[in-house]
Order: sequence, then C-alpha cells, then structure tokens
Amino acid sequence: MTVGFIMMCHTALNRAAQVARHWAEGGAPVVIHVDQRVPAPEFAAFAESLADLAIVSFSQRYRCEWGTWSLVAAAQSAAEDMLARHANVRHVFLASGSCLPLRPLEELRAYLDARPYTDFIESVTTAEVEWTVGGIDMERFTLRFPFSWKKRRRLFDGYVRLQRRVGFRRTIPKGIVPHLGSQWWCLTRQTLSAILQDPERARFDRYFRKVWIPDESYFQTLARLYATSIESRSLTLSKFDFQGKPHIFYDDHLQLLRRSDCFVARKIWHRADRLYDTFLAPRPRADVLAEPNPSKIDRLFAKAVERRTRGRPGLYMQSRFPWQDRENGKTSAPYSVFQGFSELFENFDGWLSKHVGARVHGHLFAPDRAHFAAAETVFNGALTDSATLRDYDPKAFLTNLIWNARGERQCFMFSPRDTQALNWFMATDPNAQISVVTGAWAIPLFRANQNFATIRREAARLQQIEIEQLKILQSMYVKARVRIWTLADFIENPMEPLQAIIDEISPRALRRLTEVPQMVDLTGFGRFLQNLKNQGMQPRLMGDFTVNDALPTQGLRRGRPYVVK
Amino acid sequence: MIARKDILLFATLRNERIRLPYFLDYYRGLGIGHFLIVDNASEDGSADYLAQQPDVSVWRTQASYRRARFGMDWMNRLLRRYGTGHWTLTVDPDEFFIYPFCDTRPLEALTDWLDTYDIRSFPAMLVDMYPKGPVDAVPYAEGQNPFEIACWFDSGNYMISKNPKLQNLWIQGGPRARVFFSDRPAEAPSLNKIPLVKWERGFVYVSSTHSLLPRGLNAVYDEWGGEKASGCLLHAKFLSTLTDKVTEELTRKQHFAGSREYRAYAERIPERPDLWCKWSEKYINWRQLEILGLMSKGNWA
Repeated sequence: MTVGFIMMCHTALNRAAQVARHWAEGGAPVVIHVDQRVPAPEFAAFAESLADLAIVSFSQRYRCEWGTWSLVAAAQSAAEDMLARHANVRHVFLASGSCLPLRPLEELRAYLDARPYTDFIESVTTAEVEWTVGGIDMERFTLRFPFSWKKRRRLFDGYVRLQRRVGFRRTIPKGIVPHLGSQWWCLTRQTLSAILQDPERARFDRYFRKVWIPDESYFQTLARLYATSIESRSLTLSKFDFQGKPHIFYDDHLQLLRRSDCFVARKIWHRADRLYDTFLAPRPRADVLAEPNPSKIDRLFAKAVERRTRGRPGLYMQSRFPWQDRENGKTSAPYSVFQGFSELFENFDGWLSKHVGARVHGHLFAPDRAHFAAAETVFNGALTDSATLRDYDPKAFLTNLIWNARGERQCFMFSPRDTQALNWFMATDPNAQISVVTGAWAIPLFRANQNFATIRREAARLQQIEIEQLKILQSMYVKARVRIWTLADFIENPMEPLQAIIDEISPRALRRLTEVPQMVDLTGFGRFLQNLKNQGMQPRLMGDFTVNDALPTQGLRRGRPYVVK
Repeated sequence: MIARKDILLFATLRNERIRLPYFLDYYRGLGIGHFLIVDNASEDGSADYLAQQPDVSVWRTQASYRRARFGMDWMNRLLRRYGTGHWTLTVDPDEFFIYPFCDTRPLEALTDWLDTYDIRSFPAMLVDMYPKGPVDAVPYAEGQNPFEIACWFDSGNYMISKNPKLQNLWIQGGPRARVFFSDRPAEAPSLNKIPLVKWERGFVYVSSTHSLLPRGLNAVYDEWGGEKASGCLLHAKFLSTLTDKVTEELTRKQHFAGSREYRAYAERIPERPDLWCKWSEKYINWRQLEILGLMSKGNWA
C-alpha cells in the first residue's frame, strides 16, 4: 500500500514537474490538476515533460479562482481519478504545485503505514478559528457570496453588509457541522471514497458551491462525518500571515526547513534552486522517524507578523511613522527628567551617575547646545549637540537619543530655561519619569549677582514658563511618572524623594543612599524672594520661605542624612 | 530586447565613467534585466562605454538638466514608455539599493513578494556613506566597491515629517545635516526615496525619486505602529570624485535650489572636512541596518 499525490498547479509548472517526478520515481502515483487558465502550449509542454512516467496522470481541468468552488471540484475529480486508477493507494495527499517534500518519500510512507486509519486534516469549528480573512467565519456558511472578493471587493463587502442588515441566512444542510481548516490534507481511501460516493453528495455539493472559500471547509466538514480517526493537523507545513497570504520559503530557510521534520512545505519560491536541489536529491531514510516539529518556523513567522502589526516601540523610520497615540511606545525605553535638581545641588549629575547605573546628561535642551554626559559633542548614533538641529525637530532628537542608547537608561536635567517643545510629548509618555522641584530656577538668579531689574524680568519669564509646564504635568492626560515638590518642601527633607526616584530607576540596587548631594548655600534666599516681591514680582512656585532664613537653614543639614527606612 | 518580466533600471548621469563598471555589475548581480540610461552631455566617454554594454540602452541629450526638472522629465518619459508593466528601479549612479535578504535573495524575490501583496512601490531611504578622514584622501579606482573606502554612516540622527500635500515622508539628517547644514537644517537634503515601483501608465515622479503621483504610491509607511518592509540606498557620494564634481556643478549651476548643496560643499571643501565622528557606524550588511532601525523586513520573513 502506498500514498498517492494530487497536485494542484497553475504557475511554475517546471517546478511542479520536478516534484511530480520525484514522487513518481519513488513509486507514488500522482494525479495533476492544471488550471484551465494555463495556455494550451504550456500545458502540452508540461504534460510532455512527464510523459515517460506511467503513474503520473492529468485530471479534468477547471478554471480555478481563489475562494470559489472550482478548487473543490478540481480536487474532487482528481481524487476520483486517483482512487479509480490506483488500487494500491491507501492515503491520498493533496498538495499544490509549489509544495516541496522535505523528507524522503520512504519516511512519509512508513509514517502513514504506522497510522493506516488516520486522516490528517486540520478541521476545527468556526468558534476556534482566528485566522479567517475579512473577519468572516461562521457567516461563510450562512451568507451568499456571488461577488469575487479579490476583484470586486466593494460589491463583496456591500453585499455582506446588506445580508447582515436584512438578516438573511442560508440553512446549513441537516447532518453536518461546519468545520474549517488548511486546504492541504491527507485522507485515507476509506474516508475519501465515503465523501465522494455519499448518496447525499449532490445535496452537499449544491450547498458548498455557494459557501465562501469552500476549499477550506468542504473536506474539513465532511471528513467529520466518516473518518474513524482524525488527526486535526495538516502534514503540509503552510503558514499564513495576518492578511491571509501564505508565507514563502527561500534558499535561506534551508536549515530551518530541514530541522522542522515536516513532510511537505509550501509555498516555495519558484526560483529557490537550493531548496529544490537539496530536498529533491536522493537521500536515505532516517532510522528513527521524527515527528514534524514546525515550532521554530512558527516563531519566525509569528515574529514577522508582530513586526508588521506592532513594530518596534519608540522607532520612527521610513516605513514606520505612527500617528500620535498609535506609537505603541512613544519612546523605546524608560528615561528620567530632573527639573530643579541641578540648580539646588552642586554637581548633581556627578552625584546621580554614581548612584544609578545610567547615563546622566546635563541640560539636553539648553539654549546654547545639548549638554551630553561627559561634555561630549556627539552622542550615540552621531547625534550632535547642535541646538539648531535639535530644535528643528526636538521630538526626533529625544526619540533618537533614547533609541540610540537602547540598553542604557538615560537621565537628563531640564529647566524652564530649556526648549519647552516636548512638554506634552514627555508628559504623555509612559516611559518618562519626571521629577520637578518647582521654583528652583530662581537659585541661579539668586546667585547671579546681576542687575536686579534684569533678574526680576528673567524671574517673571521663567516663572511663567514653569506655570505653563505645570499645567501640562497636572493635566488628566499625563501618562508619565510625575513627582512635583515646591522648593521649600523639597529642601525640608530631600533624601526621601531622592531615594524614591533612585529606587525606581534601579529597583535592584538594594543599597540605601548614604551620601547626600551637596546643596548650594541658600543663606539669604528668603530675603532675595522678598526683594522680588518688593519689586512687584510675585514668586509663587518656591513654597514658603521666611525672610530671616530661619526655615531654609533647617533644611540645609549637612551632617548625617535623615532617611526613613 | 526587454523581456516581459524583466526588472528595469532607469538612471540619468553626467561624467560618471569611473563609477559605471561597478555600478552595472552591482545591479546585474541583483538581477536587473535591462538598463535604460540618459546621458546628459558627458565628456568623459560615459555614453560610449554604456553603448558597448549588451544590456544597456543609452539616450544622449545636450539639453539642460535643470530645465528638465533635474532630469525627472527624461526619466518619467522613459518610465512611461518602457517601464509600464515592469518593476522599475530608478537610481543615480552613486546609489546602491539594499533590501531585506539582498545577500540571499535576488531582487525578483522581493518584487514577487510585493506582487502577492499588491504593493506597487517600495521605499529605500538614502544613507550617506563616507570615509574616515577627508573625502579625497583615498582615491577611488574604477571597478572598485566604493564602500571599501566610504564604509561609515550615521545611524541615529534622522528627522522625519510628513508632507501633507503628497503624503510622503520627508526625511533629513545624517552627515550632511550634521556637518554642512547644522546652522540651517531646513535646507538639509531630503533622504526619503521610493526607487522601486511597479510602473503603470499615469504614474509620475514628482521631485527626484522622493515622491510620486498618484499619492497612494507614497504611502510606503505604516501609521498604526507596525513596520512595512523597506530598504536603503547606500549613497556613495562622498568619495574622491566629489571635489571635481563640485567644481563642475558650481559652474554649470544645474542643480536643485540654485545648487545650494554644492555651494555648501564648496565652502567647506578647502578645509578638507572629515565627516567621520566617534559614533559613526561601520557598514556590515543589511541586517545591521535593520537592527539599527534604518530599514525593516516588515512581514517578509
């Protein structure tokens, strides 16, 4: 007893001929269906090339269009030929012209010999299928589809909508439960002949003629009526992507295919010479029969679909440029923004980089240039410190920075003196950790020793900018991790907030902070704020400082840090 | 002469004789069936060299490059006449097309795949390649792979915006923006290109190969977060041949926007600028470009 192959061919006939010859020379009968649309001379040449093989024959030709009954009709008539002509065939294997056997025929034969009553046909109920095209699953069986999905999509969709609206339903013939599955099956003579010789066949055929994509449901449904033992899987490795198109195999998939231990794969690119040469070359059968294991290939294709539908978070490039809020990650990794800290502490960046495993930049958005860590002028990805280039597209600057430094957390200082263009972007980015000490921008002014009129004007300007920014950071749209303190509250007890921020940046570092960053000397700051008030400018963001400096000095503990355990 | 399924390459050039042997061999290797080239008054024997090639058709013109909208009028006519129904690749002689799996799959594998998805156009961003050291330090020899010399590129400083009129992306950045245009970024050259198109009657390139009409052809990017497949054009402009080119183009004044790009180079060339920096990336292969996020396999696996 042996296995016989039905091949459905319409293009790359030279490849189909190669495969048919391979099977036939191994002693397996082959019945070939060639699409009616293949021109006569091409068909003649094809038939001629296989004329020397007695067990290769051609079945009645149908004009096959995707998704229509013609494909089933062609398979039926080829199967009838097969059963009638070759009495020694026990399993019939339906393959296409772009299928390629991956294992020696002997191995397939042995595999089937060990399972003489098993039908290999993927057959699942519509409720469990998730790969259907156009979201139509059960409706395939209950609506009518007179218009071609490929050529007349609008009519197709319109007619489906109309039928849904008027509540049209076809009746499913008694006795059958619709099942779906891959159209590439391997059925026993017993099951296949039962389907083809069923006295009810005319009734079933009449019904399936109008079902959509019947080649995925005709045999899959009817096999359930007669099969004694169904293995609901296909022996053909055939993967479809999210648009319902089959993935194609090329020469570079050779190792992957070899290790999959599948019997047959489709679809093979017609010019994949190395695949055809390798797998059609005579090989001895293996001693131990391996079970097909396509999981590696599944993963490869699943990743491809993932890349096509979700992409790499935080990447903006020529073929991925998402709309706002469709980014699936506005940036590629978490980052921290510190506002007011570099004003309040001496050498805060130096202190921070000692305590977190991260790259700590200065004011990346400063008006003069981007202050990269270690005073570099260029950063990863050849990002330059030019303020003009940065401000030409600030979002690109930030997303590039984060993307280029993948694997290393980025921290940077920010202040109302810097480019404010990204306030909304950062506030709505879940990757951002934004910590703000409000009013700290006044400290450099306090220590500037400049003309007081200039100081007052600058203070008013910076305060306005920070107020606008705080409105954003306190809005309901915020997705970032935002922490805000007034300057007065913060200097009261700086260690606790610092510890919380640092724990969040490097959660695995269990060490507590022992060293306090050096706070600048704020003696006289309260007086300074009072002077601003006296000059008619109302400092609103610093919190409460008394004029006689009593309060701030309390916060300026320089001895042992006070840490709440 | 042109077979029904041939992939065709279209190019305009002037005085590029030294680049031609490698250029033709590179694209023959990808599987280009026929080259259709407009020679704009070359004086270095480019046209004669091309005429000797069995798979090249040459058109010679003395007309103005600028008045032909920087050669695009010539290209569009040839594309319409000979490209209709074919996959067409429109590139400059210093642009080298890279696509996913280009080291293991011929160009026809890509176009076949695009056909199954009814995709009509394929993007390939320009990636400016440069040597380490002054551009003229190592002379380029005929037939040589230019990327043996100019093997460095910028990996992560590109800026993208959407052109609301034609729906194409406008990409700027790279070494040219970094070195020559850092004080006037708006003038930095465009790097977005759509060189591979299954040509139909009615298609037309609007400005260089940056954008096309009808506008649907420019929708080569995904806006829902996914990645479509894309390639790159490695740009071998920054070679020893640049100095002569700049001198020549400045006297001819035939380039875009008053040849401002060439003026920018001319200002800087006496200083012998080095485009290389510490974070320049050395070119290895297409997989590297895909990991860096300059191109994508999309759902081609």
